[in-house]
Amino acid sequence: MGLKQKLHNFKVKNQDKKWLPGFNALFTFLYMPNETTHNGTHIKAADDLKRTMNTVIMALVPCLIFGMFNAGYQHYLAQGLIESADGFLGASFWTWDNLVIGLWKVLPLVIVSYGVGLAVEFIFAIIKGHEVEEGYLVTGMLVPLIVPVDIPLWMLSVAVVFGVVIGKEVFGGTGMNILNPALTIRAFLFFAYPTWMSGDKVWVHGANAATGTPDAYSGETILGSLAQNNGTLGHDIWDMFWGIIPGSVGETSKFLIIIGALFLIFTKIGSWRIIVSTLIGALTMGLIFNGVVSAEWISESSKFYGLMNVPFWQHLIIGSILFGAVYMATDPVTAAQTNKGKWIYGFLIGFISIMIRVFNPAYPEGVFLAILLMNVFAPTIDHYVIQGNVKRRLKRVKVKAA
Amino acid sequence: MGLLSKKDTKLITDPLADNNPITIQVLGICSALAITAELKASIVMSIAVLFVLGIGNVVISLIRNIIPSKIRIIVQLIVVASLVIIVDQVLKAFAYELSKTLSVFVGLIITNCIIMGRFEAFALGNGPWKSFLDGIGNAFGYAVILIIVGFFRELLGSGTLLGIPVLGDPIEKTGVYSIGYENNGFMLMPPMALIIVGLIIWVQRSRNKDLIED
Repeated sequence: MGLKQKLHNFKVKNQDKKWLPGFNALFTFLYMPNETTHNGTHIKAADDLKRTMNTVIMALVPCLIFGMFNAGYQHYLAQGLIESADGFLGASFWTWDNLVIGLWKVLPLVIVSYGVGLAVEFIFAIIKGHEVEEGYLVTGMLVPLIVPVDIPLWMLSVAVVFGVVIGKEVFGGTGMNILNPALTIRAFLFFAYPTWMSGDKVWVHGANAATGTPDAYSGETILGSLAQNNGTLGHDIWDMFWGIIPGSVGETSKFLIIIGALFLIFTKIGSWRIIVSTLIGALTMGLIFNGVVSAEWISESSKFYGLMNVPFWQHLIIGSILFGAVYMATDPVTAAQTNKGKWIYGFLIGFISIMIRVFNPAYPEGVFLAILLMNVFAPTIDHYVIQGNVKRRLKRVKVKAA
Repeated sequence: MGLLSKKDTKLITDPLADNNPITIQVLGICSALAITAELKASIVMSIAVLFVLGIGNVVISLIRNIIPSKIRIIVQLIVVASLVIIVDQVLKAFAYELSKTLSVFVGLIITNCIIMGRFEAFALGNGPWKSFLDGIGNAFGYAVILIIVGFFRELLGSGTLLGIPVLGDPIEKTGVYSIGYENNGFMLMPPMALIIVGLIIWVQRSRNKDLIED
């Protein structure tokens, strides 16, 4: 008798136990369960929820690994201990020392995110008596990638509990949530502990602890610097593209995000319509702002000048709009469902992101706010798209009847 | 409770839990969200509403038979407005700082739906003693929620209760702050009050399934 059979028998024996969903979750993670559908054939497809989730996680792993190296690299670079790396394969980037810092700082974030989030999911599954849902697998991976590396672990735990309960479970669990749980978690952190989520001290490991000592150093993000009209801090376009800049753990490398995006589009997990329309929206807003600058409606002394003057296409490689567009906006539950709706939804995300970025120097990273806002409006967009469709078809019917 | 008959007792106890004006009838939400960042403000607001609703209900009940029904809303408004002006003046005279904190929300008691609601639904059809009980019952129901919300928001948002630091000093890093605790700034914003009220509603309805409507 194999292990699978033993586990199955164990499951049958404990069928009426309250903790069974907890066991089932681990069991189905390892094996296909023995149950089959009884009533006729349904859609046969290999991409069930678990497969979908795992595909997204695979697309995220490169960002995570890069984020680990980057955490160490930024730490040593800010202290002046290593040379700045020249390009993606720079000698001082992919070093063992960098990885050690990364493992030390980033792995606990991953573990806490998964541990706390899954604990909440298990508790709710047992209370409600349904199976544990896989929805948290992706959220748990996204969370460590969108927070600053030095965020205290207890804050992350509080935020994860809040995000999973208020963002998802109160609406009925995976598939019913209005807001993207990962972004709910980030929004909670942002509003609850703003000193740990913004400014120039949180993006590089150790910068906060070193404040006030002779060895003090800082690591401002390019976006933060631009919002204060201070230029790009000597980083060129390629630094931003390869991602060797300070920022949240996993969102700096545009190169790896694009690879992840291609992977998601190729496997048809992520909607290319949303990704493309988000980028179009961002470019449109960027062009409008460039137009404002070239028409000389604002002067260099204006506090919006720094970000308005950024060439419109560079908005895509500054900050995390690309990460948001690829991994956050495409969340199938919270995005618009209709194809036309997806275009509108994505376009507005990009458009509003850049608007928040320019007009609100206190929250230069407006991507998460824009996505949360559009999450709320997605059902409305769908409603009008469907109504429009119904109307058009009704008209056709009438013409025929006449 | 020899003073009160069983029916009268229910007038007071019902709004405290199963017919709470905030969590069940969802009235008076605005002030509950706006002024609960501090426990002290919540308590003062509760007392103000208690005063206005208790007296107002009695006054309306006493004159209920001589109010022409066409202009009853205006009469009710005059009663509330007079009472609120008294509250406002007293606050300005004896607790100026607090009246600054509460600012416009004292004046907005006039538009608090609980008050007009009780006038319309109860005081117009019942005697003064019952109306008084109903008034203070509903005001207590309002107060309970305000104080719960205010307690959590002030404790977690500022680390104080009634202005007294209970969790240590956030700047000197004493108490729980020495182990890395930080105040939750989100608690000081009105959206968090809405979430806390929502959580109270959640707890209440999962304890008493009768309250769940379809």
